[in-house]
Amino acid sequence: MSKKTSQISKIILGVAIIFGLVSCGGNTEQADKKIGEEKVLSGNIKIDGSSTVYPITEAIAEEFRAVAPEVKVTVGVSGTGGGFKKFARNETAISDASRPIKDKEKAACEENGIGYVQLEVAYDGLAVLVNPENDWVDHLTVEELKEIWEPSAQGVVMKWSQIRDGFPDEEIHLFGPGVASGTYDYFTKAINGKEGASRGDYTASEDDNVLVQGISTDKYGLGFFGLAYYEENQDKLKLVGVDGGEGVILPTQATVADGTYQPLSRPIFIYVNDKAAEREEVVAFVEFYLELVPEIAQEVGYIALPATEYAKQVEKFKAFIPKK
Amino acid sequence: MTNAQKNKVIDKGFQVIGIVCTFFGLVILAILIYNILEEGLTRIDWDFMKNLPSRRPQKAGIYTAVMGTLWVLVLTTLIAFPVAVGAGIYLEEYAKKNKLASLLEINIANLAGVPSIIYGLLGLEIFVRIFGLGGSVLAGSLTLSLLILPIIIVATREAIKAVPSSIKDASMALGASKWQTIWNQTLPAAIGGILTGVILAISRAIGETAPLIVVGALAYVPFAPSSPMDEFTVMPIQIFNWVSRPQHAFSVNAAAAIIVLLLITFIMNGIAVYFRNKWQKKVKW
Repeated sequence: MSKKTSQISKIILGVAIIFGLVSCGGNTEQADKKIGEEKVLSGNIKIDGSSTVYPITEAIAEEFRAVAPEVKVTVGVSGTGGGFKKFARNETAISDASRPIKDKEKAACEENGIGYVQLEVAYDGLAVLVNPENDWVDHLTVEELKEIWEPSAQGVVMKWSQIRDGFPDEEIHLFGPGVASGTYDYFTKAINGKEGASRGDYTASEDDNVLVQGISTDKYGLGFFGLAYYEENQDKLKLVGVDGGEGVILPTQATVADGTYQPLSRPIFIYVNDKAAEREEVVAFVEFYLELVPEIAQEVGYIALPATEYAKQVEKFKAFIPKK
Repeated sequence: MTNAQKNKVIDKGFQVIGIVCTFFGLVILAILIYNILEEGLTRIDWDFMKNLPSRRPQKAGIYTAVMGTLWVLVLTTLIAFPVAVGAGIYLEEYAKKNKLASLLEINIANLAGVPSIIYGLLGLEIFVRIFGLGGSVLAGSLTLSLLILPIIIVATREAIKAVPSSIKDASMALGASKWQTIWNQTLPAAIGGILTGVILAISRAIGETAPLIVVGALAYVPFAPSSPMDEFTVMPIQIFNWVSRPQHAFSVNAAAAIIVLLLITFIMNGIAVYFRNKWQKKVKW
């Protein structure tokens, strides 16, 4: 019996020792190291926010490691709203956002004495899609989209034939992002006029690949999501042109970039904290970001701004960097 | 048909239903595993294990996610195990059967049913903000510890209940104090059941995503934690992130990461099962 006891006490002792050891290590904020005359950038850059912007920021953080390996850049995906909450508490240096900051969030930043600059980094287009076997739709007007998606359509607009004469008398099956996503906010604002206002009886998923799957296997399906997901699944989906009052426009790199694909294209942003911008590594990172983003944005499925726009963002950031 | 024949048919029928029910779960599991293995197995190699996250699916790896998961798991177990076993012993051996005890009991049972995201919110407020731990491994581990406490407490109590009271009485009769009885007789006999609870609890903790995201686990962390105060990511977050990417190659990565996650779960469970069997055999009266 005593053998058993000693075994258990040994384990508990071991556990205690390990626990003691690990809790001794503290967080060591690294200061700038100087090697010879040349300054090596180091430190932490915390980024959080929109999952839409995440792929771009992740790619840039990855490339930045090659330039400044001592700087620890971390990126979270709390969503645009969640990101701004942390940003306003001074917990992050940079916030990814798929929409401009709201007044409430601005007030929260002011309250905590946080200044910031908003930088446009790319465009994101929302695509409206149907099944490739759907041969009756080639475009929809914004009014028609509103008829389909507005809150009062719930339980009322259930068939294709209700949308336009000549459409088949078949049930319409709707797919869209979940209500927590910035994409949903944007679509409802652009189409229904009010953020978050839409019918509830549609198949919602936070995972856009589920929507791709749904529409590509349902002849009577219709849905919307980020253009990047269409570009990766062109063989499974049919793109629907949108008529915003000035003719039918298909979302492409060109029509989103020059602003003719309206109202379903939007700029996406990063916000930089002014205290963080006093740190050299943050300045270097943001400058690197703006320099690389035209190329990266394309690579991960977004649309780059025109070169003149990027020049403006660079100027804007230069003016923002606090003078020492 | 006589009554006896009828009963036989019903008997047989129920047996068949039972078998179908049993295999239903197993078949689903088999299909799942087959699917995952088919998609992800070829993707697993040493580079995949040791590379950092990347936007290029071919270059992306799970090193930081695996390290984060291991850190969180070890810390969570270290925190939850002593606390939960202590609570279990108190409730079973010391607590008087009064209103307070039954109130505690009901609440612990309720805690086991609280959605995990609620624990995340609690962890965010208490550990991250009030204790000022930030989005660290320690904050994540403490939160997950809360999450699995009720599971281990319930298992501990059941295991202690299963120890025959004759053994405890005999120990007391021989002059052992209450604590000596618990330490020398009850716990060694109950350790098998307790560890089973720990296995279940760890298996649950390893798959949790929501509370960790709330607490501040990140998606892109290009370094492994080196202390409990470091920022971290865990495998479910990495998998979720990959699954939601538009490029197909990322879902292959996700499948590969799921295989690794399953392996880690199996290994952790294997270790716990090994200890359980080892200690259970030693108890002889």
